[in-house]
Formats: sequence, structure tokens, C-alpha cells
Amino acid sequence: MRTATTKITGADRWDHFLARWGVRRSEHRVEPGLYGVGRPTADSPVFVTANYTLSFDAVRSALAGIDGYVLVLDTQGVNVWCAAGKGTFGTEELVGRIEATGLAEVVSHRRLILPQLGAPGVSAQEVKRRSGFAVEFGPVRASDLPGYLEGGGATPEMRRVRFGLVDRVVLIPVELRHAFWPGMAAAVVLYFAGGWPVAAGVAAAMLAGIVVFPVVLPWMPMRDFTSKGFVLGGVAALPFAIALARGGKGATWQGWVWAAALALLAVPVAGFLTLNFTGATPLTSRTGVRLEIARYTRPMAAMAGSGILLVIAMVVVRAIGGR
Amino acid sequence: METVSAINTLRYEAEKCANCGMFSDVCPHGVFEPGEMAASLARPEACMECGACAVNCPTGAIEVDSGVGCAYALMLAALRGGEEGCDSCGCGGGEEKCC
Repeated sequence: MRTATTKITGADRWDHFLARWGVRRSEHRVEPGLYGVGRPTADSPVFVTANYTLSFDAVRSALAGIDGYVLVLDTQGVNVWCAAGKGTFGTEELVGRIEATGLAEVVSHRRLILPQLGAPGVSAQEVKRRSGFAVEFGPVRASDLPGYLEGGGATPEMRRVRFGLVDRVVLIPVELRHAFWPGMAAAVVLYFAGGWPVAAGVAAAMLAGIVVFPVVLPWMPMRDFTSKGFVLGGVAALPFAIALARGGKGATWQGWVWAAALALLAVPVAGFLTLNFTGATPLTSRTGVRLEIARYTRPMAAMAGSGILLVIAMVVVRAIGGR
Repeated sequence: METVSAINTLRYEAEKCANCGMFSDVCPHGVFEPGEMAASLARPEACMECGACAVNCPTGAIEVDSGVGCAYALMLAALRGGEEGCDSCGCGGGEEKCC
């Protein structure tokens, strides 16, 4: 059996930082197996987690001053919630890992404490039947483990997923990274086609969808994610659209057309980004996301398509007119 | 079994419920509340179809269509006409962020 400390070192924090930015996404892994924390005895509790470093580190750092075992399942470096959704944090893996580690010989009791968010993948009855171990679903957050142990169970507060500001903000880096190259490419093309306000307006809408949206998500009154994105994208692009419409030396029809093109691009781009963000939240149902996709895919495609056509038309007009 | 909300696929049959309390242990959105004889629905509209309750209900009183809900996977599946799944969004423990 391996041992684990409860300390988070500088190297751990660096690893977490890289994981948040999606750098070498699949390499933030812990060796699956059984780990001892503190000075565990045969009576000590067993905590189950995923082999993603962020998950494992959250559990072991919450166990400061507690003697116990951490049973790490092989989820291929994916967090508990997502792995449970796809079944890798699941009944099969848990039963297999109990056997592979000889857990029944290490502890005298037959109780496992699982993260609550692992429940979609783990059938407590089946684990009990197949391994003899009783599954107890602990709190949602590892940081509540000491309170859970002390209180002999979870409070309703510990049972709820919150998705607070910090939970939302930590997702921004990986979203930024994903959008960086497509965003840069779009900005460069738009800069040469229509000048900097068009490029900057679309970039601002993208940043609104990626950076501002996770921050303001619960405070925007619209129900679905896409319409929140539409509003944010429109607001972000508005100053640039006004600048285009006014023009440097007075309003021209070209300025108005560029402003319209910008609006037609900025709004759906931000909406698309926020629609995709549904997958990163613990809030939306598949049915709800399907409804949103059905409702908004065509309008978004129509807007973006007309925006692109306007840009092409303006480039052609300029080429023909030689101006 | 009856659907309990227009915006998700959660189905619940109170007659089958043994009131064991598992529902309140696993649901992260407080959809069910302990009742006198059976679990009662407190916030059906908050259900995100994770499936934890259905997987862990010992009497099969709860059903829900759960699955990968990321928009990217759904859109790709719609475009390709294939199965929705984590493979289609490339997050099968591989490159991308997870859905």
C-alpha cells in the first residue's frame, strides 16, 4: 500500500494550474490503488475517489489530522462527476479495485465512503452484493469530509451542488485555451477584411461569452444559457458597432453595413460559446440542452451566415470599387 | 410511470417507493424530499438527469433518461446522425475538457 500526505505542495499547485489550463489534459493522473493517510488501522474509514490529481488532492488535503485510506479508482484522469457520468467511476471499476487492492484484508469493517457526485456511476446495492462492502455516499465536496465524519452523516447543505463563483471562474482558463486559435484566426481574417473595430468587436463578444458569462451566470434573468450569451455578445460588441456606424470622418453606408455585420457575428458567436458551457456545469439536463440546441441552432447559423455574407460582400465591393 | 416535469425525463412512482432515503443521499439538487410514506417531489424542475437516483433506487421507483449532456456532443451527434457520447466530444479521458 502506498501512503499519501495531506499537504498540498508548490509542485501540486503548479500541476493544478496546468490542469486548469488544460495543459497535457490527460496526464494529471494518480496511480490507481489504495493509499494510507496518517496512521490508519483496520478500523479506519476508506474514502473512494478518482485518479485525477485535482480530485485526489482535494480528498487527501481534506483529511488533515484524520487517519484513513483513500481508494483511487482508474478514471483515466477524469474527475469524479464526469467519470461517473460515463461510467468509469462506476460499479465495475470499484468492485474490481476492491479486489485488486485486497481491501477486505486491510480493513476489518465493510464500509466505503464515496463522493456523492460519484452516485450516477455506482449502484450501492450492486457493490454490496458483489463485494460485501456497503457504500455510503459522503458529501459533494471533499472539504466537507471532516464535518461529515464528525456529524456522522451529511447535512442537506453538504448534499447540494452549488456551482458558486469560484467553481465557475476556475473553468475560464480551459475555455479560453480552447477558443484561442479559432478566435485569433477569426480576428486576423476580420481585421484584414474590415479593420480593427470589426475584429475587436468579435473578440470582445468571445471574451464576454468565455470570461464574463461564467461570472454573471446566476444573475442574468434569462432562463437559458444561449440567450444570456446573445445579450452578453451584443453588449460587448455594441461600442465597436457604434464606432463603425459613426465612422472616423462621419457616417457612411459602409460603416452601417460593417456595424450590422459585426452584430450578426458577435451575437451568435457568444451564444454558441455559452450554449457549450452547459456541458461544464452541474446544472443543466440533457433534455434542456437538447431543447436549447433545437431552438437556437438555426437562428445562430442564420445570423452568423448572413454576417459572413455581408463581410464577403463588402470585401468584393471594395475590390471592385478599388477603395 | 409518469413524467413529473416538462423540462426533463424524470419519472417517479410513489407507490413503489420504500422510503429508504437513498434519493436524498444521492441527489445533488434536492429534487426529492423525505415524505411520510414515500419520497415526495420537492423540486422536479431542478433535475439535471444525472441518473444517480435511478441507479441507486432499490425498488425501481425512479426512472430517468440520463446520458452525456454536453452541447458539443449533442450537436456533433445531430450533425453526424450518430450516437451521443463522450467519444464524439473527444473527452474520453483524452484531449478535451470533460463534458
